[in-house]
Amino acid sequence: MKFVISTILIIFFSFLGCLFFPWWIIGIVAFIIPTLIYQDHFVSFICGFISLFMLWGFLSFWISLKNEHILAHRVSLLIFKTDNPFLLIFATAFIGALVAGFAALTGSYVRKEKQQTNF
Amino acid sequence: MKILSLIVSAIVTIILVLLFNTRMLLPVPLGQLLNPQEGLWQNAEPVDKNYSEQMSFPQLEGKVKVYFDERLVPHVFADNNNDAYFVQGYLHAKFRLWQMEFQTRAAAGRLSEIIGPKALDYDRDKRRLGMVYAAENSLQAIEDDPETLAECNSYTAGVNAYIESLTESTLPVEYKLLGYKPEKWSNLKSALFLKYMALELAGFENDFEATNAKSVFSSADFEKIYPIVMDSLDPIVPKGTVFPSAAIQVKVPSTADSLYYDNKDSTTITEQKPDKDNGSNNWAVGGQKTKSGYPILCNDPHLDLNLPSIWYEMQMSTPSYNAYGVTFPGAPAIIIGFNDSCAFGFTNAQRDVRDYYEIKFNDSSRSKYWFDSTWVPSTYRIEDIKIKGEPDFLDTVIYTKLGPVMYDQKYSGGRSTNHKDYAVRWKAHDRSNELKMFTLLNKANNYGDYLKAIKYLHTPGQNCIFASKSGDIAIWDQGEFPAKWYRQGDFVMPGTDSSYLWQGMIPQAENPHVLNPERGFVSSANQMPADTSYPYYLGGSFPPYRGWEINKRLEAMNNISAQDMMELQTDNFNVFGKMALPILIKNMQVDKLSPQEKRYFNILKRWNLRNDTDSKGATLFVVTWDSLETVIWKDEFLQSGLQLPWPNESTLLDDINKYPDFKFYDDINTLNVETLPDDVTAAFKMATAVIRKADENGKMEWAKYKDTHVEHLARLDAFSRLHLSIGGGLNTINAAKPQHGPSWRMVVSLTPETEAYGVYPGGESGDPGSKYYDDFIDKWAAGKYFRLWMMKSSEVNDKRVKYTMSFN
Repeated sequence: MKFVISTILIIFFSFLGCLFFPWWIIGIVAFIIPTLIYQDHFVSFICGFISLFMLWGFLSFWISLKNEHILAHRVSLLIFKTDNPFLLIFATAFIGALVAGFAALTGSYVRKEKQQTNF
Repeated sequence: MKILSLIVSAIVTIILVLLFNTRMLLPVPLGQLLNPQEGLWQNAEPVDKNYSEQMSFPQLEGKVKVYFDERLVPHVFADNNNDAYFVQGYLHAKFRLWQMEFQTRAAAGRLSEIIGPKALDYDRDKRRLGMVYAAENSLQAIEDDPETLAECNSYTAGVNAYIESLTESTLPVEYKLLGYKPEKWSNLKSALFLKYMALELAGFENDFEATNAKSVFSSADFEKIYPIVMDSLDPIVPKGTVFPSAAIQVKVPSTADSLYYDNKDSTTITEQKPDKDNGSNNWAVGGQKTKSGYPILCNDPHLDLNLPSIWYEMQMSTPSYNAYGVTFPGAPAIIIGFNDSCAFGFTNAQRDVRDYYEIKFNDSSRSKYWFDSTWVPSTYRIEDIKIKGEPDFLDTVIYTKLGPVMYDQKYSGGRSTNHKDYAVRWKAHDRSNELKMFTLLNKANNYGDYLKAIKYLHTPGQNCIFASKSGDIAIWDQGEFPAKWYRQGDFVMPGTDSSYLWQGMIPQAENPHVLNPERGFVSSANQMPADTSYPYYLGGSFPPYRGWEINKRLEAMNNISAQDMMELQTDNFNVFGKMALPILIKNMQVDKLSPQEKRYFNILKRWNLRNDTDSKGATLFVVTWDSLETVIWKDEFLQSGLQLPWPNESTLLDDINKYPDFKFYDDINTLNVETLPDDVTAAFKMATAVIRKADENGKMEWAKYKDTHVEHLARLDAFSRLHLSIGGGLNTINAAKPQHGPSWRMVVSLTPETEAYGVYPGGESGDPGSKYYDDFIDKWAAGKYFRLWMMKSSEVNDKRVKYTMSFN
């Protein structure tokens, strides 16, 4: 349950944050949520990772689908030298996921530290 | 232990953020670039995007409606002219902002700012040529004309209205990739864009190479290698036309023999050059030769093939005019097109309006230069070139009475050292208002209006073609051209004496022109405008063959339809091949060929003289002729150790026909004395060595071998269209070279209800993420056209209208 709620919150606030702040706001969001809802470190990492993988993966996939992948064909060729729109979608999702995963892991360690000092 | 994990995890997170946020790896942070909410994904527009919009701008006086058709061509209906220009600026910016900004930065020598030190030489060249100086002078002429000024102000305001509406996510994708932002537009930028075109069209120069050639070859040889008139010349003004004598009598300087013609100085300058074939075809046939009884006008300007395209198609309709055609993103008005009474178009005049003078300075301080027996103080212009990631580069350019000192000890254009100072006199530096011509042409009703309009065209000189529904057809070789003595400015001139300056401009009325000729058509294809009976020296470098072929074809045609004209415009017949192939066949020493070479020779012999996409003969011919030029010229040229102008292919053909014992046939590096058959055979062996490789890779068919592509302006292959299947090429009417060719094909039948066709190799949107980015290219390559829709205001409910933008 915590996992699902954390995931939803990270997705929601990352989306909201990116409307007003630069892309790295996703790291801050993914860091804060596990400090509020504690989960095991590994689970936190997965939670942050999956949240942004889903958010950025879905957004880029959806945009690209409506675009019939015109831009993704061209940019994948430009960046990866291979014509594969899904590679670009994956790279987008993975970059977001990596940052959010480690930010969430950091957040969970902070939470743990706080709990220990509280007791 | 936990603290340690926390620290490690925090550090990894921070490193990741920094890594994806740095500009060290890519010009732009990867996180920002791929963020779906603001990065490049935002440029992937939905294929069913709705462009309809309502906008309100205080700058507008009345209302403007823009109807987009299914090709996304806007049909602008405005209450007044200036509102129309405002919306034109807005639309140019909305669909083409990056290119118009990039091209004007290029013109101003400011590319280093965005792409770093590798553009420094490009920038210095533009600064030293005085591109900004030229644009500033143009701007003054614009500001002196209230109508043009108001037009430019509205256009600029429209561009800026769009720029101000931009957010990080709506920036064109090239800004996101290269990591910079657009600047505000200004009238100076529009002037710079026009100078960018002037450089493309009136900037080609061979003076330094020709000076070297003069120092190496005897004058008799020189005239054979670089003749003024080609044997196949069929000029724009038909041969036999009688010209009045020249109003301006030019005087050859008294010192010309010793200081100029017989001067054997050579130079080490390397110039940046536009494509030498920046040319075009245009013609108009009179009603007596058409099926409908009304004139048909055709034009296809040959320019670099780029994406986004140099052209943006649109209709502009106001109470005072209604014009349709292609526009330059970066400047107001319709450039090539038609209105309800007439049609107009251009080809390049190819006249030489850029000359060099060797300047003599007092000492290394260069504070004074020697001119007409006195020391004249230099003036300086400091060029501050900003370079991305590096300190600014300051370049001091000395301005003399003759023009800016473009090449000196600090800048030779290349790697070689240069100890001389050369000032450039370029006609594009002079004050002129070319925009006014387009404004007036858009409104023109008749020949008189057209004639008034084209008088504003000073540089770049163009063959302005015209046809009207009232039945007139005309062409003027128009521009403000210097009156020159024989070979004046073909070589570097002495810069110490006013007798070498241009002595005056040819009066406009004396420019070569044709109105309603007996033969029923007017045409131009960059050939020499008139033969030697024209009373002024024409100089320049003129390709004769397309013009020859077009005239021959038009002569023979009658009862012409628009369809016939489209077929002619995309014709792949190689007239040069027709003239030159017999020489190759006659002189081939077949017994010296290997069995494989003989097989290729049989293909060449059977070539049908057409550069069609699947022709193997065309490939063999083109490569063999190129090789023949190499075999004949290269030995002498290499021996000189200097940069020399490569002779025109028409020259070699003429020389072969005229001089059976031409001394250049001999290879000076062998003991034998080679003859033409030896050279032809050697050239064929050289050519087949290249072609065999292409053949093995399945690339011997002409279109595959030629490999035409439309290249993105920033040279990004991923945003380009490569490997297009299109025939034609040099010396065919369908002049599609590898990255250069017909940039807009237009056929306008001036029947009471105009019937017009057109296509350009691009698309209306400059966004590589739009389906409208390159959607015309396949049609263009296939030689097909779109029917152009001159929309009427009563047709707003027509099913072709897909989207509507309202401005008020």
